[in-house]
Amino acid sequence: MSALTDLTIAEARAGLAAKRFSARELAAAHVEAMERAKDLNAYITPTPDKALEMAARSDARLAAGQAGALEGIPLAIKDLFCTEGTRTTAASRILDGFVPPYESTVTSRLWDAGAVMLGKTNLDEFAMGSSNMTSAFGGVKNPWKRRGDARDLVPGGSSGGSAAAVAARIAMGATATDTGGSIRQPAAFCGVVGIKPTYGRCSRWGIVAFASSLDQAGPIARDVRDTAIMLGAMAGHDAKDSTSVPRAVPDYEAALGRGVKGLRFGIPREYMLDGMPAEIARLWEQGIAWLREAGAEPVEISLPHTKYALPAYYIVAPAEASSNLARYDGVRFGTRVAGNSIEELYENTRGAGFGAEVRRRILIGTYVLSAGYYDAYYLKAQKVRALIARDFDEAYAKCDVVLTPTAPSAAFAMGEKMDDPVAMYLNDVFTVTVNLAGLPGISLPAGLSSDGLPLGLQLIGRAFDEETLFAASHVLERAAGFSARPGA
Amino acid sequence: MIIEGKTGPWEIVIGLEVHAQVVSDAKLFSGASTAFGAEPNAQVSFVDAAFPGMLPVINRACVEQAVKTGLGLSATINEVSVFDRKNYFYPDLPAGYQISQYKQPIVGEGHLDIDLASGETKRVGIERLHLEQDAGKSIHDQHPQKTYIDLNRAGVALMEIVSKPEMRSPEEAGAYMRKMRALVRYLGTCDGNMEEGSLRCDANVSVRRPGEGLGTRCELKNINSIRFVMQAIEYEARRQVEVLEDGGTIRQETRLFDSAKGVTRPMRSKEHAHDYRYFPDPDLLPLVLDRKWIEEVRASLPELPDAKKARFVSDYKLTPYDAGVLVAEKENAEFFEVVARGRKDPKLAANWVIVELFGALNRLGRDIASSPVSARQLAGLLDLIENDTISGRIAKDVFGFMVETGRDAAAIVEERGLRQVTDTGAIEAAIDKVIADSAAKVAEYRGGKQALFGWFVGQVMKSTGGKANPAAVNELLRKKLAG
Repeated sequence: MSALTDLTIAEARAGLAAKRFSARELAAAHVEAMERAKDLNAYITPTPDKALEMAARSDARLAAGQAGALEGIPLAIKDLFCTEGTRTTAASRILDGFVPPYESTVTSRLWDAGAVMLGKTNLDEFAMGSSNMTSAFGGVKNPWKRRGDARDLVPGGSSGGSAAAVAARIAMGATATDTGGSIRQPAAFCGVVGIKPTYGRCSRWGIVAFASSLDQAGPIARDVRDTAIMLGAMAGHDAKDSTSVPRAVPDYEAALGRGVKGLRFGIPREYMLDGMPAEIARLWEQGIAWLREAGAEPVEISLPHTKYALPAYYIVAPAEASSNLARYDGVRFGTRVAGNSIEELYENTRGAGFGAEVRRRILIGTYVLSAGYYDAYYLKAQKVRALIARDFDEAYAKCDVVLTPTAPSAAFAMGEKMDDPVAMYLNDVFTVTVNLAGLPGISLPAGLSSDGLPLGLQLIGRAFDEETLFAASHVLERAAGFSARPGA
Repeated sequence: MIIEGKTGPWEIVIGLEVHAQVVSDAKLFSGASTAFGAEPNAQVSFVDAAFPGMLPVINRACVEQAVKTGLGLSATINEVSVFDRKNYFYPDLPAGYQISQYKQPIVGEGHLDIDLASGETKRVGIERLHLEQDAGKSIHDQHPQKTYIDLNRAGVALMEIVSKPEMRSPEEAGAYMRKMRALVRYLGTCDGNMEEGSLRCDANVSVRRPGEGLGTRCELKNINSIRFVMQAIEYEARRQVEVLEDGGTIRQETRLFDSAKGVTRPMRSKEHAHDYRYFPDPDLLPLVLDRKWIEEVRASLPELPDAKKARFVSDYKLTPYDAGVLVAEKENAEFFEVVARGRKDPKLAANWVIVELFGALNRLGRDIASSPVSARQLAGLLDLIENDTISGRIAKDVFGFMVETGRDAAAIVEERGLRQVTDTGAIEAAIDKVIADSAAKVAEYRGGKQALFGWFVGQVMKSTGGKANPAAVNELLRKKLAG
């Protein structure tokens, strides 16, 4: 038998059911692995005691025949989800000392399904970033390295800690959130699977908000089946989130076996960027071939407003963020730096508490909402957003799913692109449209770059049609046979 | 009202923004209680305190209250409305933004008819009504360096009701506030309590030469009594006239009314120099109302002041003025109806309620809910007048005892022997005695000094202790004096 930490969630589920090992053994194996992989900085707050305690309770439920869908499965939680009694930082100094007195809806559902918490994972501060380098707790090392190059690489972001932990086998799966690509891009950089479900599919209640109209929780795991199992437990209507949708959660795992015969998949011509690395283009072509061989039919489609997506995103997201982050004022929780007046207290607290990227986005967001600029920026961006959604609507008259690369490159080195925010923002070029349109998107590892780094393909679905995404990505996964491992 | 300046007449133009706290058990976007007077910060949910990850969920009861109020203002109910964030930093605003409605309010144009002292009615246009959250309270006077924050009020639902600039005098503004208060009380959508701050207003005031376009306005903030609204407007209008007549210009600004000094003064620019950066709240979907549900709410509305007034005029034959006085407070109108129902002369009931009862309550400093004389008891007193048991004059004395003791009229009349004398024999005897004792006056009367008749009546009433039936006294006395 291979190491317990190498198992997929589905395999561990079977092993626990067959009593080949206990939940406590499974948790302990992960706790030890986490200890050995500390250098990655994937976790901000490991919770080994809690993990072992929860695993013991899982064993009791397993013994009593009361196992939940994720009974005994050790998971990492992005440190943007509030966890009752466990400090929650959003990777920001401003939340210093904040221990939530409540549990987010998504994590509550996971614990109700029997999952075990290993700890809280690192991320870009307030989920603002594509490299995990904006974290107040330092960057996360991607467990992958370029062949013959010792430099540390970024895991992508913002869910860099979650993706790195899953890739490094120090969590079987992880929660993540995606505002412009923060699940899919790090999943691609780390060679794992991540799905951002339809906006409204998972409750946002108890997740530290970045951009409310774009934020959506989803899972990262090592294969498509595991993400389907996790999403099934995370999703569902929540009366506490007015934007969550009252729709039954289908059996996602059951959708895996559907195949793609007769499925029409769209290839958006606007995603063929000038200067796109040849190996990314090649991977995309390979993906087209795999789907076609499995009986699906490629359709050329047009998403004409794609080129406006990134600018629109970098107006809407900072605008909402500037307002969402106003509550971090040093008055009720977190960091407080005193001053001689209330204005000074605000300035000192927010100046000390927020990092450079967060401050940049608050400034941009404040600017685009200001009197005299609102119409030119925010309102126009909202119009672009509506047009992008319409592009997809029209495309889905011709196809059932859209296939694209996940990111325009493989993982880059830590410290790269840090002095050029716009180059950094370009990481999201294939992913932001999906958030702007509120659609589901999945990224799966489909090949390696010439220097041995994982590359991802993205499938974009119709709203609430995650099942087709699971079915099609399962086909791609088997065709790609991606078996490379980091550090191998 | 026209202000006669040194250089000619000026007209005042007034628009009011009323903030009415919605009557509801829970806050607008959280389940926390809204009861008045709790310990500081005892009624605060994590949503109200804007903890990370907390989300607002609209309280349906507050929406219904806003729709009711809109229907009471004969206004358009918007089937789709949008909640926006109004962003500014203040310690008693935990999220750093207030959830309000900016471009698409829940209620559109309507009107309110106000009753003027002249007996006329004036229609004032309503621009809009929207729902928003109240802020918490900053307490600055407990500590030399610190400010304390009480978030009990943070997140409580408010209705902001904006009038068109159609009022022309402080009196009209006062009448508008009184009518608005009556309306929301009838509807049960706001308790109308200005002292506790449940109802307050901002006044936009400008002046102009009659017939000209609108002048530059100043906004008078947060006034919490009707008297102050009128004083503040009057002062502000005269101030503006003075500035303009001295060749100055009015700066559009926000001012505060200092009720102790009776003046308005500009707020520090810091207190209002905000760019609120409104944008639709992404945590909330547009509020969509079902047409059928709106009609159900409309059907459930109680009788409102205007309808009640019209009914009092037609059913009880009251003057519009008296009817207006009675319907101004729902409780007064209800009291009146108990007294007046089934009575031959309902105007008598109106007089007694307005003059005697309101007079007594005024002296005692009580409101009608704690009146020492109940509606049923007052009806009992009027029964005794109508069936000639006592005269109207005696009834006033009886009423005085009722106010003092809270007892029924019939018991007081019996106990004190105040029953009216209708026995003509006894009255005749009293008249004969007066005539016999006043030969000189009788001669004068018979000689043509008819005005003395009243003096004779008085003498007879005096000798009977006021209990003689006045009609019988008049008739018999006239006969006997005629000789």
